[in-house]
Amino acid sequence: MMAALTIAIVVQRNLFSVVVLSGVYSFLMATVLVALDAVDVAMTEASVGAGISTVLLLGALYLCGGEEAKPLRRPFLPLAVAIVIVAALVYGTFGLPAFSDAAAPFHTHVVPRYLIDGPKETGVPNVVTAVLASYRGFDTLGEVVVVFTAGIGVIALLRTPRRKGGKEKRK
Amino acid sequence: MRSEVVLRVVGKLLIPFMLLFALYVQFHGDFGPGGGFQAGVITAAAVIFYGLIFGLPAARHLVPDWVVETMVALGVAIYLGVGFAGLALGGNFLDYFVLDPNPVEGQHRGIFWVEIGVLVTVTGVMLKIFYMFAGRGRSGGSDQ
Repeated sequence: MMAALTIAIVVQRNLFSVVVLSGVYSFLMATVLVALDAVDVAMTEASVGAGISTVLLLGALYLCGGEEAKPLRRPFLPLAVAIVIVAALVYGTFGLPAFSDAAAPFHTHVVPRYLIDGPKETGVPNVVTAVLASYRGFDTLGEVVVVFTAGIGVIALLRTPRRKGGKEKRK
Repeated sequence: MRSEVVLRVVGKLLIPFMLLFALYVQFHGDFGPGGGFQAGVITAAAVIFYGLIFGLPAARHLVPDWVVETMVALGVAIYLGVGFAGLALGGNFLDYFVLDPNPVEGQHRGIFWVEIGVLVTVTGVMLKIFYMFAGRGRSGGSDQ
């Protein structure tokens, strides 16, 4: 279903339907993540991917019109590059341990420590929260700073001068 | 869209529950899925929903720009404040164990404040981006 949706997004020329279809894609992705027991990630995907980005993309469409421009050339070179990269990635997955293999390296290294000692040390039953906010507090601080930087970047780029009067916009 | 009666009534009914759900996601993040990022996005979505139904000026009146911009910086400040609090109380940077005599309680307290910081920044940034994009459409693109 997701593959069909992706093809629909690529083929579709009306950008409004592309935006709506990517929202649907995000929700499907969220259900996949729920199936993989990653409920926190699924929640983020559903709210950010399907909610906020859809609204922002619709806002962008409002600014720049709803039809995709015809491509100038036939996209054979990008297509070839994409196919080569996909082949390389698929080849790479053959080296990964099998899905839900309990003896995989990432299950034997640091995960048992989090799962066994985490609730005892932090008193937080949700391991994701414990890892995110406590063990990996520095990383989360970095993420918050990234979000902050994005915010002030948008402010710096798009803020219109307040007291200029009349023609403050140049597009 | 301001004249749509159904939208207005349903929106008015739903928005309090959206905000409540955001708080639930925020404070229940210790026990179930959720946390600052998700709660921040849901809070921002509630306000954006309000803005879509009642118009951007109404949303801007409800949550003014200076509040949003303060939130953007305040969240990072709260997060850093937790880090420096650990430092001031004799631990390492972002060390939660020293925040309370009982280490486990200290962890709870640290995670709580850190998540608040995340919530505030994420809400602020999402709202700011929405205001910026939507505001551009209002003032610059209305003549198209």
